[in-house]
Amino acid sequence: MSTAVHNQPLAPNDPLIIAGVEYQSRLLVGTGKYRDLEETRQAVEASGAQIITVAIRRTNIGQNPDEPNLLDVLPPDRYTYLPNTAGCYTAEDAVRTCRLARELLDGHDLVKLEVLGDEKTLFPDIVQTLQAAETLIKDGFKVMVYTNDDPIIAKRFEEMGCVAVMPLAAPIGSGLGIRNPYNILTIVENAKVPILVDAGVGTASDAAIAMELGCDGVLMNTAIAGARNPVLMASAMKKAIEAGREAYRAGRIPRKRFASASSPIDGTFF
Amino acid sequence: MPSPMEILVNGAPREVPEGTTMAQLIEMLGLTGRRLAVEVNREIVPRSTFETHRVQPGDRIEIVHAIGGG
Repeated sequence: MSTAVHNQPLAPNDPLIIAGVEYQSRLLVGTGKYRDLEETRQAVEASGAQIITVAIRRTNIGQNPDEPNLLDVLPPDRYTYLPNTAGCYTAEDAVRTCRLARELLDGHDLVKLEVLGDEKTLFPDIVQTLQAAETLIKDGFKVMVYTNDDPIIAKRFEEMGCVAVMPLAAPIGSGLGIRNPYNILTIVENAKVPILVDAGVGTASDAAIAMELGCDGVLMNTAIAGARNPVLMASAMKKAIEAGREAYRAGRIPRKRFASASSPIDGTFF
Repeated sequence: MPSPMEILVNGAPREVPEGTTMAQLIEMLGLTGRRLAVEVNREIVPRSTFETHRVQPGDRIEIVHAIGGG
């Protein structure tokens, strides 16, 4: 006997599509700030993320040659690597970093562009970011760009050919959550490319709010890696992203000031 | 014996024999077989050319890899 005939599939195929590639997970995670590579691996696994960010840094010379490598623990054939330009304060350094990343990852051209303005806020330097994006796009890169929550600039990045626009919710690593939901909403409503909240998420409800606003995904690092139990938080974030996405697709009820009874008035016997 | 020349590798000065190839330099540094990317004077040196690319005096060489980051 089947009772499932009235059940619609909860999430019919609803992939995130970036630069023509489908991903089932809408949670993108960073791999920094973990205690060790094993904790990184476990947290990434628990998050269900398919796209993971990495940084490009000088190789340590003269140190233990058998030291485990991130690419061994999280194999690039299983995850889509998203090299970032974290730490870059000029367009030139960001472009150099992306070119090194492409060489390192055998021609992989999907990158997360961030050009920072100052160390205190880690807010993006938009002038430098625009310059870098232009050079990178001309050079064949697929650019996912970290930007502030400015709808005008977000649209500009889309028009110049960025494959995804990633406004911050709050400063990187701050955990302050979605500080300007109306701007995020405006950015989402204007966009034809995926909009991902990048930076500022503190806990699962923040991720759910981003998704309920209609964001296509969320990228986070510190909220997971800095939690007391990173692997458990990774699992919480996975569920929050899925719940927020389903709630967005389901369509929430309007907010009203006063009550509306859930039980019928008809048939009361008192 | 080829005379030594000075280069800069990841910001640190280093002496290598004249005519050293990139593949030889990487071997000297104990990095053979490691997944890395190389830039010389801000230009990428593709891995496929390591055997033939000769290091020049005064080259500023950056050797990088992927690490955890957000």
